Amino acid sequence: MSRKYLLRKVFYAILTLFGVLVINFFLFRIMPGDPISMLVRNPNANLETVARMKAQFGLDEPVYIQFFTYMSNLFQGDFGTSFHYNRPVLSVIGERVFATVLLVGTAEFFAIIIGVFLGIIAAHRRGSKVDVMSLSFSLVTYAMPSFWLGILLIAFFSGFLSILPTSGMTSPALFFATGFERFFDISKHLILPALTLALVLIGEYMLVMRSSLIEVLTEDYITTARAKGFDEKTVLRKHALPNAMIPMVTIVAMSIGFVITGALQVETVFSWPGLGRLMYDALQDRDYPLLQGIFYISSICIIGANLISDILYGYLDPRVKE
Amino acid sequence: MKKNSFIKLFIKNKMGRIGMIIFMIFVMVALVGPVIVQYDPQDFGEKEDVLQPPSLTHFLGTDDLGRDVFKAIVAGSRVSLIVGIMATLISMVIGTSLGITSGYFGGRIDDFLMRLTDIFLVLPWLPLMLVLAALLGASIWNIILVIGVTGWAGTARIVRAQTLTEKERQYIERAKSIGASHFHIIKHHIFPNVFPLIFANTILVTAVSILSETTLSFLGMGDVSKPSWGTTLHFAFESGALSNKAYWYFVPPGLCVLLLVLSFTLMGFALDEIVNPKLRER
Repeated sequence: MSRKYLLRKVFYAILTLFGVLVINFFLFRIMPGDPISMLVRNPNANLETVARMKAQFGLDEPVYIQFFTYMSNLFQGDFGTSFHYNRPVLSVIGERVFATVLLVGTAEFFAIIIGVFLGIIAAHRRGSKVDVMSLSFSLVTYAMPSFWLGILLIAFFSGFLSILPTSGMTSPALFFATGFERFFDISKHLILPALTLALVLIGEYMLVMRSSLIEVLTEDYITTARAKGFDEKTVLRKHALPNAMIPMVTIVAMSIGFVITGALQVETVFSWPGLGRLMYDALQDRDYPLLQGIFYISSICIIGANLISDILYGYLDPRVKE
Repeated sequence: MKKNSFIKLFIKNKMGRIGMIIFMIFVMVALVGPVIVQYDPQDFGEKEDVLQPPSLTHFLGTDDLGRDVFKAIVAGSRVSLIVGIMATLISMVIGTSLGITSGYFGGRIDDFLMRLTDIFLVLPWLPLMLVLAALLGASIWNIILVIGVTGWAGTARIVRAQTLTEKERQYIERAKSIGASHFHIIKHHIFPNVFPLIFANTILVTAVSILSETTLSFLGMGDVSKPSWGTTLHFAFESGALSNKAYWYFVPPGLCVLLLVLSFTLMGFALDEIVNPKLRER
């Protein structure tokens, strides 16, 4: 990977981030009504808040000055004050990061292992029962809204079998529990939302792994390896897999970037106290500063993950030059 | 490719056939259904009608306000299909025109448009749609607009790549040398050749649009006066149909979304195989 490639990717990432910031700025300002009229629509806003808001957004200033203030505030980590919580947006967001990372981390961990494993089997035995079943599985999970999958799992495991809790991260009765008791309580709450997210991801990863491995297996060097007399296992493990894994690395990196977006539906259904649920609540409360903050953070996640996946790609695949 | 052989290949493809049948059934329901069974979201039932399980009078039971779930689903099929198709049309028009412009003219224009596309590719689409829908207000047209305006980036990329290979063809050079205008070349030579790809892509984008609509409506951004399947799911979830074990309320709408989206994915796969002959053997 050349230095030029790296620099160009970093430059593009910064450019994209800037573009997102501009869109973010105009989205909340130029769209029908200024922030004040949006705020007035909020039944919880009193006159004092409206006055403070006007000063905070500096709406009497020309648009370009507003834009510079907005940018410099962002770089100083000042996202404004949440209407609903009446605290700095950044601290409200900070409290929710752990729950989302725990949920998405667990789901990704299992999804990567199972998705890659199923993809390898499906590609290796194309047309077999395992292949057909995994393909149908990923088609169905793709076509399903993930919140509905969550609802079905709740209906089955909590409604029908009554073995798992349906919402939140801890039981109210165990609020002050510590150590193992707390650990088991959280784990029990984690199972269903993580399973929902994992099922969707498994379908996606399995498809990518499968098509990537199928493509690699048709290449000449694999035929050469077979002709040399290596057994199937060695060909698969030592020759095909390292190359077939490259698209997987980028796909996983990209999907981790979509953490907040991906978790939004699942967190809403399970009342999981993470960033996705926070975003949903912010929408219900018309909490625009908070909404803008989450939007900004999720854009950074995605752009960052894209950059990392580009860099990894350039590092893993020497064919990528320029 | 001749039209007849195209249709023949499509019908011969098992996935394409199944997808087509499911899709046609939904189209029939959306066209004829609301004429036969009238549904009025304001028509609340009596107290004893609330959350009744399926029966002869209520084919799929009733919801928390005593309304017929089956009628709601029939009415919803029209909304979900219209939103999905209209939003996709917007995406395709934006994606195709930007893609062709970018690929055909190249240079600065290409650089600018592709950076723009990059931005739209990485924008967190669900939060963006939610914010837009919240700002614009809940109406069916706003939802169509929001989904359409956020969903064109992938199409623009694909169309650009295809345009790049098309414009290198010899006959384009010849057309230019005899004085054909850019508009003429794009309209008569580039577009017809990029079209099959756009068509295959349209079907996959429709699947995504329908899913987006369902998700937006489920999250409470839907038009309550024109309830889609997502809106029905929203009310089912909010009214505690889950804890009341009212399966007839929250399973059927989701199943409809699943089947409709599946039909589009199946048709999309089938078309992809026909348009990209390389895939046919796989």
